Order: sequence, then C-alpha cells, then structure tokens
Amino acid sequence: MMDKYTKLQMVGIYAAITVFLIFILLPFFEMFMASLRPLEHLFRSPYQFWSDDFSFQAYSDMWETVPLLGRYIFNSVFIATAVTVITMIFVVPAAYAYARLEFPFKNGSLAIFLGVNMFTGAVLLIPLYRVLRTMGLLNTYWAMIVPGVAFLIPTGIWLLRSYLEKIPKELEEAAFVDGASRMYTLRRVVLPLAVPGLIVVSTAVFIGAYAQQFLFAITFNQQRELQPLPAGLFEFIGYQDVTWNQMMAAALTGVLPVMVIFLFLQKYLVAGLTAGAVKE
Amino acid sequence: MTHVAIHGDVTPKAKTLPEAVFAWLLIGPAMLFIAIIVAWPLAETIRLSFMEAGLGGEEYVGLANYQELAESRKFHETIVRTFYWMFLSVALKLILGLIGATLLNAAVPGRGLFRVLVMPPWIIPMAIGMIGWLWLYNGYFGVLSGAMMTLGITGGPFEFLAYKQSAFYSAVVADVWVGTPMVTLFFLAAMQGVSRDLYEAAWVDGAGRWYRFRRITIPQIMPVIVSMSLLSAIFTFNSFEIIWILTEGGPRGATTTLIVDTYKTAISNFKFGEGSARAVIIVILLGVFSLIYLNVLKYVNRKYGTK
Repeated sequence: MMDKYTKLQMVGIYAAITVFLIFILLPFFEMFMASLRPLEHLFRSPYQFWSDDFSFQAYSDMWETVPLLGRYIFNSVFIATAVTVITMIFVVPAAYAYARLEFPFKNGSLAIFLGVNMFTGAVLLIPLYRVLRTMGLLNTYWAMIVPGVAFLIPTGIWLLRSYLEKIPKELEEAAFVDGASRMYTLRRVVLPLAVPGLIVVSTAVFIGAYAQQFLFAITFNQQRELQPLPAGLFEFIGYQDVTWNQMMAAALTGVLPVMVIFLFLQKYLVAGLTAGAVKE
Repeated sequence: MTHVAIHGDVTPKAKTLPEAVFAWLLIGPAMLFIAIIVAWPLAETIRLSFMEAGLGGEEYVGLANYQELAESRKFHETIVRTFYWMFLSVALKLILGLIGATLLNAAVPGRGLFRVLVMPPWIIPMAIGMIGWLWLYNGYFGVLSGAMMTLGITGGPFEFLAYKQSAFYSAVVADVWVGTPMVTLFFLAAMQGVSRDLYEAAWVDGAGRWYRFRRITIPQIMPVIVSMSLLSAIFTFNSFEIIWILTEGGPRGATTTLIVDTYKTAISNFKFGEGSARAVIIVILLGVFSLIYLNVLKYVNRKYGTK
C-alpha cells in the first residue's frame, strides 16, 4: 500500500527514467546510427536525423580499412584474460588471509593495498616506464599486463574478501580437527565453496582489465601488432580521412565481448560489486 | 548444511604453520608485486622530482622543479581548474546518482531492465565510450549540433570541443556520463538495504514520500554517499583518458587538469623531473583527500550509527 503510485505518478516516474536512460544510452545509440550510415552521407548538409540508405556495409569494410582490427580485438581479450588469471593467482591467497586469519599488521597492510587504488597509472607512468624498460618489457604484451595486474589486485582482494567472510567457518574447523594442513584446507575445502565468488570477482577483474588498457597501451607499447582495441581504434583516424562509420562499427564490435559476459552475469556482478554498500 | 558439532578452541596440529606466518605467506606475493610496480615507482617519482631528468641523464637540482611550479601562473590556473573540474563533476554525479537510484528503487514494473540499461558506461572501456562522445560533440555529424541547427539555436555547425568554455563543460558532461552509473548502483544497493520497517512505521504515522526520503533514506545511506563522494572525487581528479581523447587538454589549455599536465610534461615532452614534481603534488593532494574522507566517514558513522 505504501508503495502504491497514482497513475500520474507512474507517468512521471517513467518519464524521468526515460530521460535518465537517454542520457546514458545516447552515445551508444548515436554510435550505432553512425555505423549504419554510408560515409558520404555523413557530410550531407543540412543535418539529417534519419536517412534511407542505412546499411551494415561498414561492418564488413572495417576489416579491410584496418587490416589488424581482428588482431586488436584478440589482443584486448588476450591481455584482459592474462591480467585476470595472474591477478586472481595473487588475490585468492591474500583475500583468504584477510577474511579468515589474524596476524600482525593486518589492517595496516590492507590499508596499503587499498591505497594503491588512489593512484591511477598516470601518476606513476614516468618511473613505471623506466622500470619496464629496465626489465626489458617495453613493447611486449607484458608492458600492458604487468601494470594492469598491479592496479587490479587491491580491488580483487577487497571484493573476494567480503565473499569469503560469508562462507561458514565450521567446515574449515572440521577439516582442521581431522588433521588437514592449512594449505590443504584452503585448496580442498574453501576454494570449492568459493567458486561462485571466484567467478564474480574474476568477471569484475576481467571487465576492469578490458577497460583500463588504453593508457598503458599508448604509453608502454609502440608495437602495432600488440596494440589492444581501444588504442587500435584510433587508426581509423588519419589514413586519408576518418572513416567514422567503420570506426563506430569497430568500437561496437569491440565492446561485444564484455557486454555479453556482463549480460550473463549482471545480477551477481551488481550484488558482488556493491556488497560494501549494504549494511550487514 | 552439514552439522559438525565442534565447540571450544580448535588447535591445529603441532606440525601446522603458525597463523601469522601462514597469513604472510599468502599475502607476500601480492605485497611484493605491489611493492615493485607501485611502491618503488612512487619512491622513484619522489626522487626524480628533485632532478632535472630527461632522456639523456639526470642531475640533482634540489627544489628547482617545485619552485618553478610555485611561480608559474599557468600551473596555478591548472590547479584551480582541476578542483573546479572535480567539484562540478562530482556534484553532478552525486545528484544524478541520487535521482537515478531513487527512480530505479521505485516499485514500478521493468525496473530490473532499467538497472541493466544504466550500466554500460561503467562496463565498457572509457576510450570507446569517448569515441561516442567525440561523435556527439562533432559539429558536422553530431546529433547535438544537428538538433541545435534544426531548432535554429545556432546558424551553422557548432564544434563543442573547439571553444574553451564549451570544451570544458563538454568534458565535464562526458566524465559525469562515465561516473554516474557506478554512483547510481551503489546508492541503489544502499537504498535497498534500508529496512522496510522504518518506512512502514513512518508511513503509519502519516509521513509522506518526500519526508520519508529526507528523514529515512538520506540518513540511512549517508555513509555510502560519503564513500561515493570520495571515490568519485579520486576518479575524477585522476581522470585522464576522457580528457585526453576528447581534447588532449586543449583548446589552449582549457581542459588541462593536473593529471593531463603531468602526462604532457613527462611523457609527451620527456621532462621527467618536472613531470615527477607534478605527480608528487598529485599524490599529496590525494593523501589530503583521503585523510579528510576518513575523518568525515568516522563522524558520519558515529552520527548515523551503523549499529
């Protein structure tokens, strides 16, 4: 009863939601429309909102304009996957320690991890550039993977820790009583129970890794064949002219992998990511 | 659920590792990695800020880099601009986030779908979203300029990113677009966590929606509002890709924030020393934010009680 709305209120709510969603979705809608318009159409004057010559031509032409496009998309997915796997290898043990164990400097060390979140790569780029050069990693995949991992470890620990805290302690204690070692308990008792949490956190890390590639790519990598999509897209600018429609088509194709993953897992993702916002 | 009846202390066998040692073995690798990739470069940044350093070599110059910044009018303007950029953008994100979350929290059919539709700007790479905005802001092709021409507001194509003022505010709007979904969803999650009993009690007493919103929702989600303010402030302050892709800090410096200035100095012009001095100032400012934030959060938690 409390939540009942009058007809007029309903109209108002839907109207407001529509305005809000237009703001959020307008760029995507416009990118899609642009990708459908033939290039010469784009220069027509006066401005036309609608045209009669929409086609999906750009989606096939784009592979020829930028021959490495397929490679860029592969690179993006490859880098994000590598970052996710490596990040999780670091995150799982650490998150378990913070969720379950008592040890000296627990809060202090956690604060250090979370402090990393304050710096984006941009502040550290100068020395990081030199570190990577010293290690001989510039212009390799590693130049984009290594910093990516460092900036996702804190988020990963934070998310997985709150998940692990919800797993009942009794099962571990039972394993202990049976004489299992700590490592065995972690591997055989805790991890299997944590699989749903591991999936959510890995997905969040993957999305983060997919999103953050641009800065590292333009700064640490000059090798065209290794470039991820967000950086490679700018090749559509500056051949002879900008093939806007193909650029938009390529951009939309490039977000497809994350959007698909996201749509499948969105319910769990939202719950997992915003867990900190809800009082226990 | 298996019921294992264990009470009292669980003492692991003598051969098992002490808890503290085991814990540090688990944390060690992550800590070491962060130390090499974040902590050491941070220390290097501080060291370099006292150097005249470029591609060739380095030479100790003391505080010269800082002195130069202190005396540079341009740098002062950059700092003021950065804070203006941050406050404006964060304020808009919080207001829009609060409105959005309230709308999505309303018990109307379809809200599950709306929640999904809000998320894309948060999920996709910023660089790709910005390509969309580049297009929207384009004077000849963009729908915004097109609409303005059709409505007769402007006579000809309007390039949003070509003029100082319009470029700045256009970048703010794009930044708000990127940041709003996260704020909205966190507010929404917090709102959904508020106990219904509170609302029902107020409703029985005849409290209207607006009253319930002001007196129950806002105080209850205050800790989340505070957290989101700081998080968005940090993101916005650090926001690089948005500005870089839209304007590269131009036109004539109108969108150059501290982070863009640092990048230009160090990476584009290879002035590592001067760039590092700027980076150190950023780190100090971020540290100050965090201290303020922690204190505000403590105060808020005390005032609104998190049980």
